[in-house]
Amino acid sequence: MYAIVWLIPALPLAGFLLLVFLGRRMPRAVAAVVGVGSVGLAALATVLVGASFLSAPPAGGAIEERLFGWVSLPSLSFAFGFRVDALTLTMMAVITIVGFLIHLYSSEFMSRDGEFWLFFAYMNLFVSSMLVLVMADNLALLYLGWEGVGLCSYFLIGFWYREPEYCVAARKAFIVTRIGDVSMLLGLALLVSSFATLDIQELLRRAAAGWAPGSALPVVATLLLLGGAVGKSAQLPLQVWLPDAMAGPTPVSALIHAATMVTAGVYLIARLSALYALAPAVQSLVAIVGLATLLLAGLAAIAQVDLKRILAYSTISQIGYMFLGLGVGFYSAAMFHFMVHAFFKALLFLAAGVVIMAQGEEHNIFRMGGLRTALPAVFWTFLIGASSLAALPLVTAGFYSKEWILWGAWQAGRGGPLLWLLGGCLGVLLTSLYSFRAVFVTFFGDQKIRESHLPGARMKIPLVILAALSILGGFIQIPSDIAPVSLFESFIGGVFPKAPGAAEGGSTQILLQVVASALSLIGVLAAYVLYRRGVGAHERLADSDAYRGVRRFLFSGLGFDWVYKWAFVKTFDCAAKLLKGEVVGRAADAIGSANAAIGRALGALQSGRIRWYLVGIALGAVAAVGAAVWL
Amino acid sequence: MIPAIVLLAPLLGGVLAWISGRAGRLWVRIWPLALLVLDFAALLAVWIGGNPDAFHEGAYSFYADLIVPWIPQIGVSVHLVLDGLSLVLSLLAVFIGIVVILVSWKRERDHEGFFYFNITLVLSGVLGTFLAVDLFLFFLFWELMLVPTYFLIVGWGGERRAPAGFKFFLFTQLSGLVMLLAILALYFIHGGSSGVYTFDLFGLIGTPMSSRTSFLLMLGFMAAFAVKLPAVPFHSWLPDAYVEAPLEATILLAALLSKSAAYGILRFVLPLFHDAALAFAPVAYVLGVLSVVYGAVLAFAQTDLKRLIAYSSVSHLGFVLVGIFALSPLALQGSVLQMVSHGVATGALFVVAGFMERRLGHRDLSRMGGLFPLVPRLAGAGVALALVALGVPGSGNFIAEVLIVIGTFQASPLFAVLVSSGLVFSVVYALWMIQRAFHGRAAVSGSLRDLSALEAAGALVMILVVFWLGLHPQPVFDATSRFLQTLQGGA
Repeated sequence: MYAIVWLIPALPLAGFLLLVFLGRRMPRAVAAVVGVGSVGLAALATVLVGASFLSAPPAGGAIEERLFGWVSLPSLSFAFGFRVDALTLTMMAVITIVGFLIHLYSSEFMSRDGEFWLFFAYMNLFVSSMLVLVMADNLALLYLGWEGVGLCSYFLIGFWYREPEYCVAARKAFIVTRIGDVSMLLGLALLVSSFATLDIQELLRRAAAGWAPGSALPVVATLLLLGGAVGKSAQLPLQVWLPDAMAGPTPVSALIHAATMVTAGVYLIARLSALYALAPAVQSLVAIVGLATLLLAGLAAIAQVDLKRILAYSTISQIGYMFLGLGVGFYSAAMFHFMVHAFFKALLFLAAGVVIMAQGEEHNIFRMGGLRTALPAVFWTFLIGASSLAALPLVTAGFYSKEWILWGAWQAGRGGPLLWLLGGCLGVLLTSLYSFRAVFVTFFGDQKIRESHLPGARMKIPLVILAALSILGGFIQIPSDIAPVSLFESFIGGVFPKAPGAAEGGSTQILLQVVASALSLIGVLAAYVLYRRGVGAHERLADSDAYRGVRRFLFSGLGFDWVYKWAFVKTFDCAAKLLKGEVVGRAADAIGSANAAIGRALGALQSGRIRWYLVGIALGAVAAVGAAVWL
Repeated sequence: MIPAIVLLAPLLGGVLAWISGRAGRLWVRIWPLALLVLDFAALLAVWIGGNPDAFHEGAYSFYADLIVPWIPQIGVSVHLVLDGLSLVLSLLAVFIGIVVILVSWKRERDHEGFFYFNITLVLSGVLGTFLAVDLFLFFLFWELMLVPTYFLIVGWGGERRAPAGFKFFLFTQLSGLVMLLAILALYFIHGGSSGVYTFDLFGLIGTPMSSRTSFLLMLGFMAAFAVKLPAVPFHSWLPDAYVEAPLEATILLAALLSKSAAYGILRFVLPLFHDAALAFAPVAYVLGVLSVVYGAVLAFAQTDLKRLIAYSSVSHLGFVLVGIFALSPLALQGSVLQMVSHGVATGALFVVAGFMERRLGHRDLSRMGGLFPLVPRLAGAGVALALVALGVPGSGNFIAEVLIVIGTFQASPLFAVLVSSGLVFSVVYALWMIQRAFHGRAAVSGSLRDLSALEAAGALVMILVVFWLGLHPQPVFDATSRFLQTLQGGA
């Protein structure tokens, strides 16, 4: 079965090519079959490869396949080559299976769009690029996929390109992530200048042998790569593009801006975990970035009124958890949270898509309400997703993945308890508060807008499957004090350096779990008290000026956009306006026109005829001899 | 004989076109096209079947080497060589020549015979600079490109063509004169020290000079190349010339003439003045980074589509300048790939801009918008090429810029950081161009004609070439590596 590995990214790519060249003339049904089918087949192929991977693990724990050469120079060569190990396979499974469900959903969601075919073309290209990113055996190919997903993200955020503000959001996303990408490219450059290779495995071997832990080069290299990761994964300080990226169609937000692309940074750091082990200071920075981001985004999420923006900030915050896990060396935990998050966040976005559609494109949750009875299927699946996000104890997948990360944080050296306190207690509280705020305001109380456009089977089936995964997905990895299940760790753990600290911690671990669980439930309760209509402490608060000021600040995403606008956008605009008159060019012209008289005289010499050149040669001879004497 | 055939075929086509100018508009086009196609086939045959080590000259090896004494009294000969580097760039030149003839096919204008004669003369001049290794001959070809380009601008250009043409002529002419002086000085220094007076490059390499002399002579060469590339701040002739020139001449200027300057640095400056070039590298980096950033910022500020592309071209060529002077194997290969890829991509972008101007009657971006649903093929090509300008993954520009950044990092991490800022700025102007032209609400009422099947096929071929260069650049690397390897060890 390993022979079909190359088909997995090739199928969606073929779908893209078919759609982009022939899609305009395809009937909708055909375009849908091509668009959904190509990803479906890729998912099937992934399952087949995964099955044989589990039943008969390949030698060395990875399938390697080199398709064809790309660049082969004496000082550097890399190829179109894939390497599939447990980490990659986990990513591939999420990308293709969740991707397939979202494509299926889109075939109904987008069915009235005039450029239906183009939507699936971009989506297929995205899936293909994302697969290339995770399957690449060298960093150049990874970078190709990395740039490819960014491009698709740009096109899909701005898919409704007739609306100028959507295009602004799309450009913002591209430019901000490109800043990170350039940092990453410089990281690659540093790695090449040190080790003359971009092959990931070779690079990790050479780095482990050639770089002393904690020395300057690994610190700089991992910092530069971290720049790329925070750009793509919307972490501080480059998180500003993701909330605006919600301008894209909702399935895009589900697939690209929640489940897959935004976790590319997590993948990059996990993939290069051995490199980060050589730079402990940067690895701690990863944890701090994650922690700061998860708190900041959690605070911002509480103040949002647009359902999709709540989920966007939630995504930033949850990826912060993954960074926290990476930073404390709990790579398996971070990847487990990646997987579980992909399930429940895709679910939440898809459910939000149905809600918004049924409310006549209304995004503001405070203008909705009471949808519990109008959209029961959506209510129950959204509730499951929100519970998993809020990490309600024992029954949700989110609980198990988050507990694992928090256990890692607790054990992370001296600052561990602080990481746990802020990330665990405050973060969990914020998360369940904003999740259930959305649930109570949207689905309870009085209905304000009559529902329209009820979802059909192609939209409901993905919701149900993802809801099941958001619950069941957690049971493959359970803390040892509850039940000794460790399927995920035993599958993926071999890829990473061994996690520091103890895997199990007896009574301490139980105590920590109880505290975090209690906080998660307190968050739900707080949301109920504040936002449940009728109880509504929120309205009474809303009158005070201080509260309004704080809310405005949080609503704006804590002012980052404002700072960046003045520091960078305005500066660039000013520079462009200033230089537009060709200041530099005119200065050169002035010198030019001063010389023009001489120029005309000299120019007359150059009529292109030989004898004039001979005159020139004679004159030049004088000049040259003069120069030779003078020198 | 092959270099001479390659060189003269376009010219023959042009002469035949001029002669048959009165015979009808068909033959005026067919002659140059036919001879360019033959030329292209000949070059391809050499690439596929030729032996790159057939001739040797010191460390250098060639497919073909032609040497005919011309003015033996002063040591001038017709010395043409065809090696991998000149082969790849000659292919680019002939390919662009074919594109130019096809683009102009349906357009009627005055004095068509003379028009096509000038185009082929430019092509022969460019090919001559790619083939000549006699400095006197090289200089002749260098000047030969200039005159017909000037005629094309002044004869068939836009409204303000006269000042634009004059400015172009003055800048390139003056800088060319400086190069001539440097050539002559080198000629006499070499003759004085060895007793052999020759303009032959391989004779002149290794001429003993003080490092100060060497540096001055190198500056003389660089003056001409920096103006024609162009590097900021020697670029001010470019926007006007590109915009006022007829589309065909703009394509030639952007795709080819700039490459002859980069080629000149590779072929002459580095071998002749290796140590001086190393000393000059920091200045070249600064000029290159300045071009990258300044070109990108100004591209963003433009509302004239042609002018925007012109400035984007300045920005891309800044990468080439930095990459060449980084002198690391990766950066050199990246620069050569960038030259080829940029030649095709910018040529294609100007072609698409020309298609748009023909349909809209103007090229003012502030009056465009929403073209995507109206003319999907045209807009698709425009979007694809704008993305190539920002280095879309898989394109030649992508891999070239990656190699340049990585290669420059090995030579100077600081300038690698600075030049890579261009990768962010290019996104800004390329997306801005997509936005103003193709996205947003439709600013054009009524219907526009989309690309015909032939036009679409032409645009598609150029786009495919750019992606072929990005996905399978190895043939270009293999062809040019022999020459590029000689540059690193020093002459």
